[in-house]
Amino acid sequence: MAEKKPGVFTGPLWTNNPVVVQVLGICSALAVTTQMKPALVMGISLTCVLAFANVIISLLRNTIPNRIRIIVQLVVVAALVIIVNQILKAYAFEVSKQLSVYVGLIITNCILMGRLEAFALGNKPWPALLDGLGNGLGYAIILFVVATFREFFGSGTLFGFDVIARFVNEAGYDGYQNCGFFVMPSAALILLGCIIWYLRAKNPDLQDK
Amino acid sequence: MKLNDFIEEKIAPNFEKGGKYEKFWSIYDSFHTFLFVPRHTAGRKGVQVHDSVDSKRVIIMVILALVPALLFGCWNVGYQHDLALGINDGWFMQFLYGFGAFLPKVVVSYVVGLGIEMAVAACKREEVAEGFLATGLLIPMIVPVNTPLWMIAVATAFSVVFAKEIFGGTGMNIFNPALITRAFLFFAYPKAMSGDNVFVRTGNWWNNDPIEGTTVIDGFSGATPLAQVADGSFDAATYSTMDAFLGCIPGSIAETSTLAILLGAALLLITKVASWRIMLSVFAGGAVMSAIIGACSESAPTVAQQLCLGGFAFAAVFMATDPVTGCRTNTGKFIYGAFIGVMAIIIRMFNTGYPEGAMMAVLLGNAVAPLIDYYVVDANINKRAKRVKA
Repeated sequence: MAEKKPGVFTGPLWTNNPVVVQVLGICSALAVTTQMKPALVMGISLTCVLAFANVIISLLRNTIPNRIRIIVQLVVVAALVIIVNQILKAYAFEVSKQLSVYVGLIITNCILMGRLEAFALGNKPWPALLDGLGNGLGYAIILFVVATFREFFGSGTLFGFDVIARFVNEAGYDGYQNCGFFVMPSAALILLGCIIWYLRAKNPDLQDK
Repeated sequence: MKLNDFIEEKIAPNFEKGGKYEKFWSIYDSFHTFLFVPRHTAGRKGVQVHDSVDSKRVIIMVILALVPALLFGCWNVGYQHDLALGINDGWFMQFLYGFGAFLPKVVVSYVVGLGIEMAVAACKREEVAEGFLATGLLIPMIVPVNTPLWMIAVATAFSVVFAKEIFGGTGMNIFNPALITRAFLFFAYPKAMSGDNVFVRTGNWWNNDPIEGTTVIDGFSGATPLAQVADGSFDAATYSTMDAFLGCIPGSIAETSTLAILLGAALLLITKVASWRIMLSVFAGGAVMSAIIGACSESAPTVAQQLCLGGFAFAAVFMATDPVTGCRTNTGKFIYGAFIGVMAIIIRMFNTGYPEGAMMAVLLGNAVAPLIDYYVVDANINKRAKRVKA
């Protein structure tokens, strides 16, 4: 709680990242990262839900009875998730279909409950907003990086744009095949592992003693 | 002056601490200890071991044991090629053709794998571990002959980094790196790893482009017997078990000939490099499971065919017996082997997506090996504890 405001926002982006340092929200990181577009939409959706939920819970923090705080949090998050889901269905139907249940499952995302419990319940709205944005974007960045690798090597495309077919195959080399391994969830796990590896190599503080 | 003296006195100082090529010490050391018996002697104090069979010598035995299967595999590649084109240009030309198709794969696998191992060792200033010498030869032996070289390079790099180095290098890996390479290829590039066109090379030996003036004969199918089992066109009654035993059938390069593999197995068993417990129990487990399946279904291959077809024998002799990834306890070795044998046949017969199950079975066996060892040791402790009480 003693953290300064800049740390509240920038910390979760990298050195205190919710996915690769706290290892939260892994399930959806494996599920929605085969393509970049759904990963991006998922990242933005989670950021919005988390930021608003953090602010609302922070505003209500002094009026919520301690014994029913989880239910109150769930109600707030569920309402926000439904709004996001409806917006996606209205304006980005294709992506919404690809994401299927995973938008709805934001409600069970460990990052959300973690931040609400650990931060929003004990902080004022402004730091809570920064914390929500920081954690959401930290999640989105990791998702985006993983999805970039997976889409490029697994399907040969970037944002649906057929890079391999356009540049490699048209150059007359037709022996290249996309690596089906990257389409599998296990590849996402290995990529996440690589990011953690890199991060820990860069930050000795994070290494297990 | 003997060559080794010359190397130790004139060349070695350049690589030792303070020498000109200090950074390349691990590379120098790996070549030197590979070619010559190292002169390290134990100090005056401590345990004295009088045995020059270090892991480099053990791995050379494995490589020697692979030679029969390798030579036969090269010939068989050429032989299958001739069958497909309906020609016959003699066993020597067939061998040369196969050798030409095989050699680039070995070079790629060694260059990529050893390159990574040496780079890692040089960074950490450790000795280059010798484990890859066998892995690098195993990799090209268990892939279909038409696998493109770049795929082998990618898969080898993946397996050396993610199946071996991140666990701490040779001797620390959980899974057999050669099989991880094969499994990676299987899942990453399924089109190049299964089907009727990948196991027989019909074009020229270096890149499989069609040879002018030749055509693939009518009715030729490059389907392996196990692929036929999977699609239901296999007939156990008319299929020649002798062909499968000798190995004159399509398949991954060096896995077809059970006879050649058994020659290698004999060498491994005589020199006690591989465990007879694992080998025996894999074959026994496979035989029992095949007998059960054979009793339930008439079209299933016979027990002898099951053991001779596909990569079963190769996996039993060279993969399951890997001392690093297998069980350590003697009782555990029997359980581990039988588990692999049974699983290989089950996967082969009941999962049509995977015509051959030996690879999956050994990897699964690797995963449960520590668990088996744990319970074997635990049971032994309990047994002895009871004896004390009584």
